[in-house]
Amino acid sequence: MSSLVADDVRVVLGDGIVPVDGVSFNVESGGWLGVIGPNGAGKSTLLKALAGLLPYQGTVTLDPAPDGPKRRDLARVLAYVAQQPNLPPDVSVREYVLLGRTPYLGYLGNPGRHDREIADGALARLELEPLARRRLGTLSGGERQRVALARALAQQPRILLLDEPTSALDLGHQQQVLELVDRLRLDDGMTVVSTLHDLTAAAQYADRLVLLDRGRVASAGNPAEVLSVSRVREVYRALVSVTTDMRGRPVLSPVRPPEGLRPCRRDVDSA
Amino acid sequence: MSRAGRALAAAVIFVIAAVLLGALVGAADLSPWGVAATLLDRIPFVHLDTGLSTLDQNILLQIRMPRVVLALLVGGLLAIAGAGYQGVFRNPLVDAGMLGSSAGAGLAATVAIVFLSGLGSSVVPIAAFAGSLAGVAASWFASSGRRDTATLLLSGVAVGMFLTAAQAYLMQRDSQDLQQVYSWMLGSMATASWTQVDEALPYAAVSIAVLLVHSRRLDVLALGDDEASSLGLNAGRTRLIVIAAASLAAATAVAVSGLIGFVGIVVPHVARRLGGPSYAVVLPLSLLIGGGFLGLADTVARTVLSPAELPIGVVTAVVGAPVFVMILRRSQAVQA
Repeated sequence: MSSLVADDVRVVLGDGIVPVDGVSFNVESGGWLGVIGPNGAGKSTLLKALAGLLPYQGTVTLDPAPDGPKRRDLARVLAYVAQQPNLPPDVSVREYVLLGRTPYLGYLGNPGRHDREIADGALARLELEPLARRRLGTLSGGERQRVALARALAQQPRILLLDEPTSALDLGHQQQVLELVDRLRLDDGMTVVSTLHDLTAAAQYADRLVLLDRGRVASAGNPAEVLSVSRVREVYRALVSVTTDMRGRPVLSPVRPPEGLRPCRRDVDSA
Repeated sequence: MSRAGRALAAAVIFVIAAVLLGALVGAADLSPWGVAATLLDRIPFVHLDTGLSTLDQNILLQIRMPRVVLALLVGGLLAIAGAGYQGVFRNPLVDAGMLGSSAGAGLAATVAIVFLSGLGSSVVPIAAFAGSLAGVAASWFASSGRRDTATLLLSGVAVGMFLTAAQAYLMQRDSQDLQQVYSWMLGSMATASWTQVDEALPYAAVSIAVLLVHSRRLDVLALGDDEASSLGLNAGRTRLIVIAAASLAAATAVAVSGLIGFVGIVVPHVARRLGGPSYAVVLPLSLLIGGGFLGLADTVARTVLSPAELPIGVVTAVVGAPVFVMILRRSQAVQA
């Protein structure tokens, strides 16, 4: 069992900017919360705050709770994968995934047999064994994303935070990665919070969505509730059509506004 | 044997070769067997008939060996400090010089030569040691409040330029001391003694031990601060500890040998090419290769123009640069 509850989370940056302001939500065990919103809405900042990488006001409650106040205690419960993970080009895939064991090593400790077995298990789980000896610098975009996920899995977390896990991936690789995450949370009961730009992908995979607009929650609920034509127009200033697939999940398609109704720059700015 | 194991074994052989060459080559003609036997005879419970006269033994043990050992120590310290800095800043072009260490040592040594020469020559290394650490500390505090790597490096460059300007002013003002300052700045092992080795060893041992202990943390830090923190690492504290240890290593080296460039920036690259990117290998390999390299460079420096000596900094650059280019080209060819 694992869950994450954010209550009135507020992030204030050094220059007084408030990119996240009073955000609250609850992710049940094994749930997938998609955080969506236009550029600059505060999605990545919110995720960093949840990961303990930025100071914040409010409370974030994790279940299971970390054993202590140290970073490594948190890292044993929660894993974070950045939007563009920094993969040192000369490091091998296996050694990189093994770094996921860092929270379990003492100050003078080195990874032992048990750690290597867990790292190898993460590689096998994501079908990365054939790449284990490859250098990170030689991987494709999709492979890089899978390797970053494998490193997070080696942490054996209960909660997974993913910042735009499919950015810069083509359609096929996007689906592969999202299916993979879905399988992980269904098999392991892992709780997932991810930011996603692609609204249809968010609607297809997440149980619940939180739509952020300028740091605040504009809407929250199941995908069908959140992704209405009017709300997308209001928050994204975009015209879309929304249909429903056979599972009742929304599918969004961008629609070009009819001639004469296209917003000019001034309309957009003053809206 | 793994790639790292092979590289470490080769580096140990390289160090032994550098020691033997340094012990053998010189004005006095000592037999290889006599040199080897005398060195082995120093090992506890080993007793060998060395065949060397007392004079030859003194030349070997009191003149050549302290110099060889000091060169190994200084080269190893400069290289491991450079590797530590490069790991902390995730920047392959960083060495102690970019954090105000060399400039601090240079200014302090110049002050000692110009104003404190009455206190004897031993004041120069003490001043250089203190100046080196003060230069790094000034860079650290100049960036206070924003201790990200870019700010710290820029502060280091600014502090370094200021200290270098102050040194240049002193050198112009007291031009009669120019020769002495320049010869210190180009580095030398000419005054090496066991006393110097004894004085440097405790600082060397502490700095090397701290750096080696943090090798795995440097691997994690290579992922960037956010990801390292998400893996449970306190990135800021790790950076501070590694910078302090690397600065202690660089200050110890500069105190006993003067300013020697090239080693700290290039040897870690060679170590990375030979042993792979993990700092668990790069740090010990840098220590060994740096030591062996400076040992060889010193042998060249004292023999090429014998009985005169070349500044060791000249040798490290002239010998090291082509070797480095050759290794770069070979490894690029292998990768292609």
